[in-house]
Amino acid sequence: MTIIAENPIKAVAPPSQVQQKVIASLQKRHRKERLFRSLGLSAVLISLALVAVLFVNIFAKGMPAFWQSAITLDIYFDPKIIKVEEKPVQQAGESDNDFRQRDLAWQTQLGFINFNRLITDSLQQILPDASKHRRDLARVVTSGERFALRDMVVADPSIIGQTRTLHLLTDANIDVWLKGNIDRSLPDEQQQLSPKMREWVDKLAADGVITSRFSLALFMNPDSRSSLASAGLAGAFMGSFYMMLVVILLAVPMGVAAAIYLEEFAPRNRITDLVEVNINNLAAVPSIVFGLLGASVLIGWFNLPMSAPIVGGLVLSLMTLPTVIIATRSTLKAIPPSIRQAALGLGASKMQAIFHHVLPLAIPGILTGAILGVAQALGETAPLLLIGMKSFVASVPASPFEQATALPVQIYLWQGNELRNFFEARTSAAIIVLLMMMLSLNGLAIWLRKKYEKRW
Amino acid sequence: MTNTVPVKISAKDVKVFYGENEALHGISMDVYQNEVISFIGPSGCGKSTFLRCMNRMNDTIEHCRVTGSITLDGRDIHEPALDVVQLRAQVGMVFQKPNPFPKSIYENIAYGPRLHGLAERKADLDDIVESSLRRAGLWNEVKDRLDQPGTGLSGGQQQRLCIARSIAVSPEVILMDEPCSALDPIATSIIEELIDELKQNFTIVIVTHNMQQAARVSDRTAFFHLGNLIEIGNTNDVFTNPQQKRTEDYITGRYG
Repeated sequence: MTIIAENPIKAVAPPSQVQQKVIASLQKRHRKERLFRSLGLSAVLISLALVAVLFVNIFAKGMPAFWQSAITLDIYFDPKIIKVEEKPVQQAGESDNDFRQRDLAWQTQLGFINFNRLITDSLQQILPDASKHRRDLARVVTSGERFALRDMVVADPSIIGQTRTLHLLTDANIDVWLKGNIDRSLPDEQQQLSPKMREWVDKLAADGVITSRFSLALFMNPDSRSSLASAGLAGAFMGSFYMMLVVILLAVPMGVAAAIYLEEFAPRNRITDLVEVNINNLAAVPSIVFGLLGASVLIGWFNLPMSAPIVGGLVLSLMTLPTVIIATRSTLKAIPPSIRQAALGLGASKMQAIFHHVLPLAIPGILTGAILGVAQALGETAPLLLIGMKSFVASVPASPFEQATALPVQIYLWQGNELRNFFEARTSAAIIVLLMMMLSLNGLAIWLRKKYEKRW
Repeated sequence: MTNTVPVKISAKDVKVFYGENEALHGISMDVYQNEVISFIGPSGCGKSTFLRCMNRMNDTIEHCRVTGSITLDGRDIHEPALDVVQLRAQVGMVFQKPNPFPKSIYENIAYGPRLHGLAERKADLDDIVESSLRRAGLWNEVKDRLDQPGTGLSGGQQQRLCIARSIAVSPEVILMDEPCSALDPIATSIIEELIDELKQNFTIVIVTHNMQQAARVSDRTAFFHLGNLIEIGNTNDVFTNPQQKRTEDYITGRYG
């Protein structure tokens, strides 16, 4: 200490020539670094801004579709209109088949009844001048709701003769009018609704008879073309659900098994090289090609049903397989070899070393890869168009072998619907549902990763 | 070493090929029962490769081929009837970098005995875990945290855990591939003391870069160079009176 204190600090010597060069080059290096950083930052900001614009746009358009105009009516299930026999009851000694036939005959009778009369009768109670405008009157409530009334009677025939307060969906054009999606100043001939109808609707809305209610129809109903206001996503959702089921049951186990075999067991030779190259190529094949394959092989040769989620699922499995294999292999590669050696050194067989030690460590990565592959398959549209899944299907599929469509295809179909000012919002709503499913799948991937990731 | 000590492992003309490249050029040597023998030599001389021949760990490397014969208690370790799993249960291994499983300390030790069905009841397994940890000198440090991850221990403790893990399956030979190269001097000296104790029950083959370590722990020393066994003898003789010029040059620090 004392020695240092005795030596005063020397005056700073001017930098040598070498140092001057270093300083000059330092400035250049720092400038480059700043430039690179700002480029990276701006790229991130631009992409974030674009995503934000996309989301804001979709949500602004789509959110209104989750609420839909509905009219609150007291429906009297008039026995004079619903003239049917008693609902059949199975009698002692009657075979199941006979009973079913009688029950069907009874339901057929119900099918002939004009349930729309119940609605128009009820409307006449609140619209005094209605009798002069019968055509308009029949159009206030969307046509699909009469079947809802019929289904209520089928479910509970004792309802006949009673009055129920129901919220019925209005016609799609009424929803458009009330949401302001059509210019109110347009001349009559360009309006979808007649002047009388517009007058009624505004009055009913002001009286609180027509209100905006959360649209269960969007989630509970299949697609519809005759009753646009009741068109929903249930059919497409179940179609996508069945396809994802097929993908998860087929592509994920097969992909993981293939990856484990290729990475851990397969000998390195020309054949495995070829397989490896082809798996990578498969990942780069345009998805529509898989659709062609599905159409010609699965439908053409194996005679699987057209438009069925089983075919869609198989095609998407094929498409997802390379993603799962590549993700799993790279995860397995990243597991330190020391773990394998430790297990082998203790006398574990190769299989035991892999299943006891390597796979448990690889699970988070495998799950992430698998779920991202499934999410990618969920959003895929092109191959489904080729196997007939873009057809209009007005029922919710009960099994993967029934005709169905898929969420992304439903978006495509609604996007092309003629009633633009109603379906534009509906399309965005469907996109929101699809995005939510994707986000939850990604969230699941992150959650599983965190759960199984042990950084010991 | 007197001739009355039985031979544990005997190697005859062992050659190892990595693809076309011959890495070991015919090594012959005997390892005696309950001795500590160390392999020394410059990097890439083949000492680790030869070590890994003894429990056939080279099988796990692709394109690696071993010729010649190695016998364990007179039995050829390459004979088809001998399962490599059985061999590795007899010839345990400790690696250069401590590589505990990312599981609890207890599970690290219990894995081997469980794999080979050495314990029938939980209490037996507990006994094996305790005695293995005791013999590895780790019991007092970890007895209260057996359920903690083995990877949470210090480097030296991890290496002793790996030693405990390998003695838990009651091997006859323990191969150690530079077990102290990743450890600090204190942890190293603890392991060296441990090796001295383990010699009562096990035959130990240790590869080391540290010549003082070889001098301290081993009964005999083998010097490898460029894939050849240059000299093998009692450790004292090799270090004080080497027969070969190359050995002398190496231990006096002229190369390596």
